[in-house]
Amino acid sequence: MSKATGAGAGTTLYSLFFFAFLFGPLIIMVVTAFNSSSFPRITPWECFTTDWFSVLVNNARLMGGLGTSVIIGAGVVVCAVPIGLAGAMALSELPPRLRAALYTVLITPILIPGVVLGISTIVFWGIVGRAFGEEYASTFYNGIFLTLIGQITFISAYAMLVFSARLQRFDPTLTEAALDLGATPGQCFRKILLPFLKPAIGSAAFLTLLASFENYNTTVFTILSDSTFTTALASKVRLGTDPSLSALAVIIIGLTLIGAMVHEARTRRQALLRSGKPQLSPLYANPVTRVMTHPAGIAIMLIALAGLLVYLGSRHDASACKAGILQQKRAVQEQLLEEQRARIRKLREKAGPATTDAPATNNPSPFGGAFKPGMLAPKEETAPANPSPFGGAFKPNALKPKE
Amino acid sequence: MTKDVVLDHVSVRFGSYTAVDNAYLTIKGGEFFSFLGPSGCGKTTLLRCVSGFVDPTEGRVLIGGKDMANVGPNKRPTALIFQNLALFPLMSVADNIAFPLEVRGISKRERRRRADELLDMIALPGVGDKKVHELSGGQRQRVAIARALAVEPDILLLDEPLSALDLKLRHHMRSELRAIQQRVGLTFIYITHDQGEALTMSDRVAVMNAGVIEQIGDPESVYDRPKTPFVASFVGETNRIAGKIIGQSGQIATIDTALGRLKGKAAGGRTYKPGDDCLLFIRPEKFGLAGDGAKAGTSDNAIVARCVKEEFEGSARQIFLEAGGVDLRAALVNSGEGSRRLSTDEVATFGFAPTSATVLPADQSGG
Repeated sequence: MSKATGAGAGTTLYSLFFFAFLFGPLIIMVVTAFNSSSFPRITPWECFTTDWFSVLVNNARLMGGLGTSVIIGAGVVVCAVPIGLAGAMALSELPPRLRAALYTVLITPILIPGVVLGISTIVFWGIVGRAFGEEYASTFYNGIFLTLIGQITFISAYAMLVFSARLQRFDPTLTEAALDLGATPGQCFRKILLPFLKPAIGSAAFLTLLASFENYNTTVFTILSDSTFTTALASKVRLGTDPSLSALAVIIIGLTLIGAMVHEARTRRQALLRSGKPQLSPLYANPVTRVMTHPAGIAIMLIALAGLLVYLGSRHDASACKAGILQQKRAVQEQLLEEQRARIRKLREKAGPATTDAPATNNPSPFGGAFKPGMLAPKEETAPANPSPFGGAFKPNALKPKE
Repeated sequence: MTKDVVLDHVSVRFGSYTAVDNAYLTIKGGEFFSFLGPSGCGKTTLLRCVSGFVDPTEGRVLIGGKDMANVGPNKRPTALIFQNLALFPLMSVADNIAFPLEVRGISKRERRRRADELLDMIALPGVGDKKVHELSGGQRQRVAIARALAVEPDILLLDEPLSALDLKLRHHMRSELRAIQQRVGLTFIYITHDQGEALTMSDRVAVMNAGVIEQIGDPESVYDRPKTPFVASFVGETNRIAGKIIGQSGQIATIDTALGRLKGKAAGGRTYKPGDDCLLFIRPEKFGLAGDGAKAGTSDNAIVARCVKEEFEGSARQIFLEAGGVDLRAALVNSGEGSRRLSTDEVATFGFAPTSATVLPADQSGG
């Protein structure tokens, strides 16, 4: 960096803040996953533990939700990608005015709030179910089916956007050339258009899978009594959070990092091969480093590393440390109790022997007796003469002209 | 093997716009036939009619005597070479060439053999495994031709295939295309706006303007005996002089112009009445300069003109003239020593043979 690009203390500071803002929460979350404190926090640091991972894995509701999410995600990918592709192809074939109209129609599900989509999905399929005279146990009232349908309605539109972006760069004369050379329209699609769309199919599948997996506001309605991973997670957080969620975050971040690194290795390797002279690269020339920089090699290494960490983590036993901490906590508690007892004793001594009506002054309730019957009842003498906020305007005869 | 292409009163309309108006012609089997015209004249539409991407609004397209209505582009014995070539970017060169064989279900080894054969034919052996983007413009051009030939078509359609190449390559590919055509003996239908391409390569040329075929003929007759003012001015350089008919004796019409009385050939055996408005077209190279000695018989049509500018082009000199308020252009062949040079503002007498000038009626559109 040179002076001209604005390098300096200000820029450095700004960059630091920027990255702290981006990654700070993630780092803290990762650290809390290994603290034995039963509330996710860094300070006070208690014990290094991997127990939260087993707590996470042993949470039946969460793991059941994960299974449901995977099923729904796979279903959504299988349905939404072809639907999106069909929509994008229809868009590219239409004359401009019709295209604008169809585009609006297809994009609407993204603009409609997910809550509305969720509710309308249940209502609509409920009506359809009733029209067929189906029972409540039938498909039309099945949470997985409804979630699948509900998510496909708007996730296909995401897939469509991905495909139409790619299709805009497609040269339609290629299809004409293929037809002219004797290909049937089906062969044109399979041999010319699909290979061109291959990268877009990959990104559309990934995008739809993520969109399905992380969706909450539509799913929370359509899943009915069932639960997906996201809804299970949300209900868990509502009841109070523990570091097993941080452990989950660690797993997700780890998977993302592995995926990103493998993808990066693949991109670099392709760029190297495209340059036409891979032999010139020292990493490619050496057979060992060539295997090591191959995306599959990197994937294997990273997965092995992750497996090793999991194995080491599972062997780690924090019970001794935890017992120590427990002991410490007990001691602190003991000490606090002792102090309180001493304080009470002192108070008693001060008050002297006239302590027969002690319950009134020495109330043990931490809520100041708020739950004592009659405690919160309004006192009669302070009650306003007229309780109406409208000054009695609605009292009969109040607006009648005075005689 | 070779099949005639007949355009039987073909018209193509897009809404109220007429792209092709009543085209009627026969292209003989084995012929190199060009459609020449400015962009937007409907020549590409006509080509797409033959290849099957556009259906004629009226009329029929017949190939080898068979009506092509309801025959899709993939079922016609034609192969089209697109203006942008439309090579498949994701396939190797060999896969591109073998694509027509692949969709016909021919085995992989046979495909490869045919592709290598065709690569040999276009003088590009050994590039089969390269990607299309690794080839140069001229090589891609030849690959596109090889791919079209792999179909074993009866008719090869070429839509301005040379327009993306640089000048030198374009000249080279002209003779290359002509050589390929003569080697394989196919019917070539060639679309271009470049009269040089049309004239050098074709057996016959159809000149199109605004959807109408104005003239069909071999290159010489189109150049030397234009039938309409448009053809006269579009094909090659020409001078255009407006005038009125005075009289006609046989083929030679005498007209009164701003440059005086001039004589020219009445094109297409037309007879004019005295007083008819007409146009006289004379090519720059048909002018002779009096006293130059290079051209005899220039006394018939004598034009006294002032030299505005002279440009030396090596083989010829382009002389820009002004006479009677009309700008003219003459091209004098560089015949070496002794040829007369003109200086700016020098007045000289130019002449041309009446048979080398064309007289056309002025009421026709175009020009």
